[in-house]
Amino acid sequence: MGGDHPLLDLQFIEARHLLVELAAFLDRCDRHGCTGDFRHRALLDALPLLLEQRTDRAKAVLDAFSDPTDTVASRAAAPVYGAPRPDAD
Amino acid sequence: MRYIEPHAHMVSRTTDDYERLALAGCEVLCEPAFWAGFDRSSPDGFRDYFLQLTRHEPKRAAKHGIRHFCWLCVNPKEAEDPGFAREVMRMIPEFLDSPNVLGIGEIGLNKNTRNELAIFEEHVQLALDHDLPVLVHTPHLEDKRKGTRLILDALANFPKLRRDQVVIDHVEEHTVGTVLDAGYWAGMTLYPHSKCSVDRAIDILEIHGPERLWMNSACDWGVSDPLAVPKCALRMKARGHDTAAIRRMLWENPREFLSRSPRFIID
Ligand SMILES: [Zn+2]
Repeated sequence: MGGDHPLLDLQFIEARHLLVELAAFLDRCDRHGCTGDFRHRALLDALPLLLEQRTDRAKAVLDAFSDPTDTVASRAAAPVYGAPRPDAD
Repeated sequence: MRYIEPHAHMVSRTTDDYERLALAGCEVLCEPAFWAGFDRSSPDGFRDYFLQLTRHEPKRAAKHGIRHFCWLCVNPKEAEDPGFAREVMRMIPEFLDSPNVLGIGEIGLNKNTRNELAIFEEHVQLALDHDLPVLVHTPHLEDKRKGTRLILDALANFPKLRRDQVVIDHVEEHTVGTVLDAGYWAGMTLYPHSKCSVDRAIDILEIHGPERLWMNSACDWGVSDPLAVPKCALRMKARGHDTAAIRRMLWENPREFLSRSPRFIID
């Protein structure tokens, strides 16, 4: 059975599209040799969160992309990258 | 549908945008002071900006039947130079009597630095001294969670500050809970590639409820959509939210918070 849930009617194609885009992006990173970058690693590390049985996957992904430190910086250093840089002070 | 856009940077938008906002039902718009995409070279650059926000922009909005209000401050990005920031801050009281000024904002943090934090706290004190509400900007992307925590810690050191006089903007799933739990208002910014999408904002609304929550487009000079708020209303409808729920998010909630300022009188 299926094909009659309003939320899926509204958003399944869009969610499917987003997943295909992400898959294509990872392929593109392979082809362009950028898989050593910390941002690529951060994406891969966050992917298993999507398969966990929990109700706060979006929060978990955002947490995974957050600066884990709690210190106040002495000056504005690096620009924002979208994921914490492992060597940042 | 009539709505309030509680956060838009119209100095960076065209007159066509005003027309589109009016056509979509925007009747009231609030413009926090922000970073204009470049650092001003002198405090006088801010004087001109404050004049633009308090005198020029309300006239531009009025041509499209939109009431324009603003918030004043030195934005966190230009607060990294505390000497410069304090010179600009000394000029703010001159503008606080302007009829469209609601409060102090958008203050906050950008890169979570010591100087930004010091200037943030001085702005909070300025708001307290003048009994004004506060609009807080939280940092972007990987800096948001830590920045939001630092901001909440700093605000907790102001025992006289009434938490329902403060809106903390640009919340996402990993920050909204702590902001609401601490008693502040939370703003969701509908942005194409960072911050909240329309659907995630509706998720947050469904999970946390509508209490002390608003949404805005924060449209500015970057990739942003001035019509994000009415588009979110359409999506709420498609997702089964009724007219009363939509009206609460687009009109009643922003009106309730903005009415912390005695200047915010609308029909
Ligand atoms: Zn803004």
